[in-house]
Amino acid sequence: MIGKLLMRGLIIGLLAGILAFPVARIFGGPPVESAIAIEEQNSVAAGGGHGEAPLVSRDVQRTLGLGSGLLGYGAGIGGILALVLAFANGRLGAISPRAAAATVAGLGFVSVVLVPGLIYPANPPAVGDPETISYRSQLFGLTLLLSIAAMVVAVWLARRFAGSFGSWNAAIIAALGYLAFVGIVRLALPYINEVPDTFPATVLWQFRIASLLIQGALWTVIAIGLGVFTEREFLRPGPGPQRANLALR
Amino acid sequence: MSDVTMLPVFEPAPIPVKEILPWALFGGLILLIVIYFVSAGQSLPGNEMIVHEFFHDGRHLLGFPCH
Repeated sequence: MIGKLLMRGLIIGLLAGILAFPVARIFGGPPVESAIAIEEQNSVAAGGGHGEAPLVSRDVQRTLGLGSGLLGYGAGIGGILALVLAFANGRLGAISPRAAAATVAGLGFVSVVLVPGLIYPANPPAVGDPETISYRSQLFGLTLLLSIAAMVVAVWLARRFAGSFGSWNAAIIAALGYLAFVGIVRLALPYINEVPDTFPATVLWQFRIASLLIQGALWTVIAIGLGVFTEREFLRPGPGPQRANLALR
Repeated sequence: MSDVTMLPVFEPAPIPVKEILPWALFGGLILLIVIYFVSAGQSLPGNEMIVHEFFHDGRHLLGFPCH
């Protein structure tokens, strides 16, 4: 049962990666190429010259490399969301598996992509000091962990107090609690500004919008597809305890 | 009669945690390693930075700190 769910999550995640690829090429390609041109100008200006041939050619990076990255990331997210859905379905109140999948993926997107990405936004090549990469990675990782943990607590609180305040009110209070917490995280963690003064603002904007579009496309495909693909597993009355009951209300 | 609804309401039954846990631990761990490899892994033995270079565009566009 769980194995089948996981397999379906992996498949829908791979599909999401495939569908995100054209989005990445169309919207992400131009700002990445502009940023790399700026990066090369900077290195020539700094006396580095065109220098040694890169380990992996640009042609491979923007096709095979990008595609593999999206597939690996998509499969990882799809599989993990399938496991989260296996736990969440039936624990989020009287909603269908499709609605549960959309809820899990939607809240996952907010806590894994949107909030950490607002606190430490995506940066194109030529932005960011290579000296501080491990510091920035640690801050990003910490933000990710805090955001996910806060979301888990918020959902638990929303379910815990659904009985006393009604599920709508409890969800709103929990959402405000989550926002307050990540707001404090934003204020507590250092701001990073490593955008060079000469870097064009429009390229930075295009790049960040492209990043959001790619992630949005990938997570949306999973949010919709996961429910559609796994529904039968949840609805099928298996041997042993009934997995689902139809009740008259 | 207007307050009588005959719509069947779906009442899902949760899967016991005991059943999910082994899958979540092993599957979840492997998947986290896959995501880490794609998003932050740097090198393979004997080939410095090749992983970083290969996943370069995806890392930038997915919003991970790259370099």
